[in-house]
Amino acid sequence: MPDVQVLVNDFLNNLKKRKIEGSQATARQTAELLRSVISQQRVSYTNQAGALMDAVRAVGELLIAANPVELAVGNIVRRVLHIIREEDLSLTTAAIAGLGVSAISDDDDDAEHNDHPVLSAASLAAAARSTLRPPSLQTLLEDVPDSAAVPHTSSSGGDSDGKSRSADKSSRTRKLKHDVIEAVNELIQDITTCHEQIAEQAVEHIHQNEVILTLGSSRTVLEFLCAAKEKKRSFRVFVAEGAPRYQGHLLAKELVTRGLQTTLITDSAVFAMISRVNMVIVGAHAVMANGGVIAPVGLNMVALAAQRHAVPFVVLAGTHKLCPLYPHNPEVLLNELRSPSELLDFGEFSDCMDFGNGTSSPLLHVVNPTFDYVPPKLVNLFITDTGGHNPSYMYRLIADYYSADDLVVQRRPTGS
Amino acid sequence: MEARRPTRAVIDPKVRHVGFFAPPANPLPGPNSTLLSGSPAGNSLSPVMIPPPRHPSDRSPAVPVPDTGLRRQGSDHVPVGSYNPSESLLSSSPAASSPSGRVGLADGEFSEESDGWYRYRRSGSGKYDLPLPDTTPEKALDYSAKSSAAPVLESKKPAHVSGKSGKAVVEEQNELQSSSKRPKEKTTKAERRALQEAQRAAKAAAKEGNKSAAVSGGGPPSKPVKQPSIKKDAPPVSLSIAASDKKGSDRPPEKERKKDVPPPRMQFDDKSRVEKAKRRSVVHQTEARNRVELFRHLPQYEHGSQLPDLESKFFQLDPVHPAVYKVGLQYLAGDITGGNARCIAMLRAFKEAIEDYSTPPEKNLARDLTAKISSYVSFFTECRPLSISMGNAIRFVKSRIANLPLNLSESEAKAAVCSDIERFINEKIILADNVIVRHAVTKIRDGDVLLTYGSSCVVEMFLLYAHEMGKQFRVVVVDSRPKLEGQALLRRLVANGLSCTYSHINAISYIMHEVTRVFLGAASVLSNGTVYSRVGTASVAMVAHAFRVPVIICCEAYKFHERVQLDSICSNELGDPDAIAKVPGRMDVNYLNNWSNKENLQLLNLMYDATPSDYISMIITDYGMIPTTSVPVIVREYSREHLFI
Repeated sequence: MPDVQVLVNDFLNNLKKRKIEGSQATARQTAELLRSVISQQRVSYTNQAGALMDAVRAVGELLIAANPVELAVGNIVRRVLHIIREEDLSLTTAAIAGLGVSAISDDDDDAEHNDHPVLSAASLAAAARSTLRPPSLQTLLEDVPDSAAVPHTSSSGGDSDGKSRSADKSSRTRKLKHDVIEAVNELIQDITTCHEQIAEQAVEHIHQNEVILTLGSSRTVLEFLCAAKEKKRSFRVFVAEGAPRYQGHLLAKELVTRGLQTTLITDSAVFAMISRVNMVIVGAHAVMANGGVIAPVGLNMVALAAQRHAVPFVVLAGTHKLCPLYPHNPEVLLNELRSPSELLDFGEFSDCMDFGNGTSSPLLHVVNPTFDYVPPKLVNLFITDTGGHNPSYMYRLIADYYSADDLVVQRRPTGS
Repeated sequence: MEARRPTRAVIDPKVRHVGFFAPPANPLPGPNSTLLSGSPAGNSLSPVMIPPPRHPSDRSPAVPVPDTGLRRQGSDHVPVGSYNPSESLLSSSPAASSPSGRVGLADGEFSEESDGWYRYRRSGSGKYDLPLPDTTPEKALDYSAKSSAAPVLESKKPAHVSGKSGKAVVEEQNELQSSSKRPKEKTTKAERRALQEAQRAAKAAAKEGNKSAAVSGGGPPSKPVKQPSIKKDAPPVSLSIAASDKKGSDRPPEKERKKDVPPPRMQFDDKSRVEKAKRRSVVHQTEARNRVELFRHLPQYEHGSQLPDLESKFFQLDPVHPAVYKVGLQYLAGDITGGNARCIAMLRAFKEAIEDYSTPPEKNLARDLTAKISSYVSFFTECRPLSISMGNAIRFVKSRIANLPLNLSESEAKAAVCSDIERFINEKIILADNVIVRHAVTKIRDGDVLLTYGSSCVVEMFLLYAHEMGKQFRVVVVDSRPKLEGQALLRRLVANGLSCTYSHINAISYIMHEVTRVFLGAASVLSNGTVYSRVGTASVAMVAHAFRVPVIICCEAYKFHERVQLDSICSNELGDPDAIAKVPGRMDVNYLNNWSNKENLQLLNLMYDATPSDYISMIITDYGMIPTTSVPVIVREYSREHLFI
């Protein structure tokens, strides 16, 4: 336990100091941290799932508070909570099934349950639940004690335990923890491989001789473009430098080393160049439930220009960037102002500013925001590791990964 | 041809029937010429046009012919009279064959032409035919016609054969020419004068009415037929007098009309022209490597090498005036930027050069000075591509020089041009700025947050003025790489006590929430309402438009230009690509330190972009506050005034 605390504190520090760059790294580290939290968590015999969730929630709350703008942290916490719920549910249903259903169906396991449509009403309901799992329906079903088979879920990955449905409490506890950790591992795996999965779709979207514009740097975009390049597509990339951080230089360099025709432009030239661009492909910081995008600063301008010239605006985002929250005033509340020194040298203006005038308000403000909010109507397509989606479909995609309870439950400890 | 006959037969009676309708000029010259007999009825042409002049010339004598008989004419106007008849001999007396041959020749492209001609001649010849049924006079006429026409024909031919329109045209032209010339020779001096005046009057009508005239002369379809012949510069077939006139005084309007269309700019992907330009150039320039394919048509050179090279040439550059040279160096080094500053610097340099100028012997001041200015301009262009405002100013200077009264002495002429230049600077730039500032101040209220992009001197003047007036407002200065001109503006504003916010262009969506007005400068306003300005202006205007914030452009009217542009690609200026790769003051951004050895990487440093007119709420100029749709009006009105300042 104490060493977990150390880990948590380290991570908190890093988050607070903004030492972790990029939502993917943050997401992975969060997931790893939560995994160790879960593995170290001692669970009582009753309500193991609840105990796990409480522990995760407590840590998660700290993490989110440490960097509220890094939505990936919250996303991962919610997903881990969701995983625990799923695993618990699957174990419970399995246990109940093991108790209720006699030994007739003991040996012909879940395959039969799933494939036999006329088995029972309960299994029908379970099958239905496994195919579409709207959070509301799930909560409804949770109230009803269903005695059906194990819900066959992809994310839980716990269907193998259908066999080992012993009523033994201790083994069940271990089972739950084990399953949850398995699932979290899978989540980590997903996060690390999301680039490849997104990049696989590149050939479907990039054609020969296209001109693609991007702004700033995103590893996903880099992999995406390179994947298309590897498929012998030759195209041209305009990279806007992404002003105060100049990540575009980095991306341009990477692209050049991989042999792509790259042109580096200033951010101000985006509007001038967009009329010759076939597609805008950018990475995102986070994708909100309404399909809006929290993106590196400057992208709203790019999106508007793309809209003006009817150029498709494509956002690449791994599923860990899907945030189940609906944004309210995201330009301000989900933004972060960075140091003015990126724009102006300290002291550069000290000579011409009169500090002795007595008024408290300084004459000069320097605004250096980190993110932009791109409203969903400016986005033409999201490409996630599960395929391409419309902005209006995002809410549904998000419902696959998060439990409706967690959106709110997340906040409950804060209140209490 | 036989098929054609009937139609002609139909036309002919019509001509006769309606009297003097068919060639509308006919009736007029008829009576008129009887009055003016000798001084051909030029006046009467003015409403109509061109065929008339020729008709009267051969007609005026012809009218009396029928009753008086040809003999009297023969003595007096034989060539004229004979001309037609000789034609008619060729054509109508062997009625069936020769006209068909003629028409066959002409048919290809000038069928209508010849048709009109024909119809006319026909009516005439018809008249002749009636009173002259015999052969003897015809022969006589034939004779005289040949004797008089032959030299003319021969002498004229070489001049006109060049036009490839065929013999028929040439023939006709010659006929026309000679027929119109003939009487001139015969007429007295006074008559000729009268004729000229009449022609001048006719010319005015003819100039604008070329087409309509042609139509009325030769029937509607003759228009497309005639046009090419006019363009070919073969003196228009049907426009005998007007054509001969054109050579003289008709040129200038022609030229003016051409001026209306801005000449195409130099396209730097045109190899041969670039080569040519290179040979002339003073500044040694090496083409930049890794150029962006899309911008091959724009010049891009290695920066850095030009300045020392040019500096070393200081004492060798004979033709360039030191003042001009200095300004050129400043352009090259980037010491003078901004449309107004560059323009003023250039004009002042011109002024200095003109003051030191003395006309070389045996040269015309106006011409030689214009050539000098042109050479300076090309020198400036080599240092840095001209801005549109500079182009306008140069045009002004040249027109002033060209329009100098001839009777001025050299020093007077120089003084006149210098004072004109000074007046241009004062009125068109300095006073205009003041007017703009006055206008703009009325557009802000207390509590406003004004956003500006880059550094525009008018906007800066306006902000300072508004601050002096005690208006309470805040300024957001948005800036962008690589020039970071906004920092200088910010410094000046802050030093004057304005409360400012500074940000970069990527943050424009963030900052736009609080902004109530956007004030932008412009390098030029094009006549389709497009605002051509520092790159990034379009983005700022677009975001402001998206946030429903009014975008106000401050631009002096001398920067308006009749050119049109839809995007920022076709015409632009490329800056130093190295400026993109290097981020001054940021040691951590050094990813591209050795970019130039990478083949796939191009750096693009655009200088300008074109803001679509629908993003712009208003343009404040020295003529007031106008919508973008009024720009062409200003351009038209202004450029006229420009010439007659």
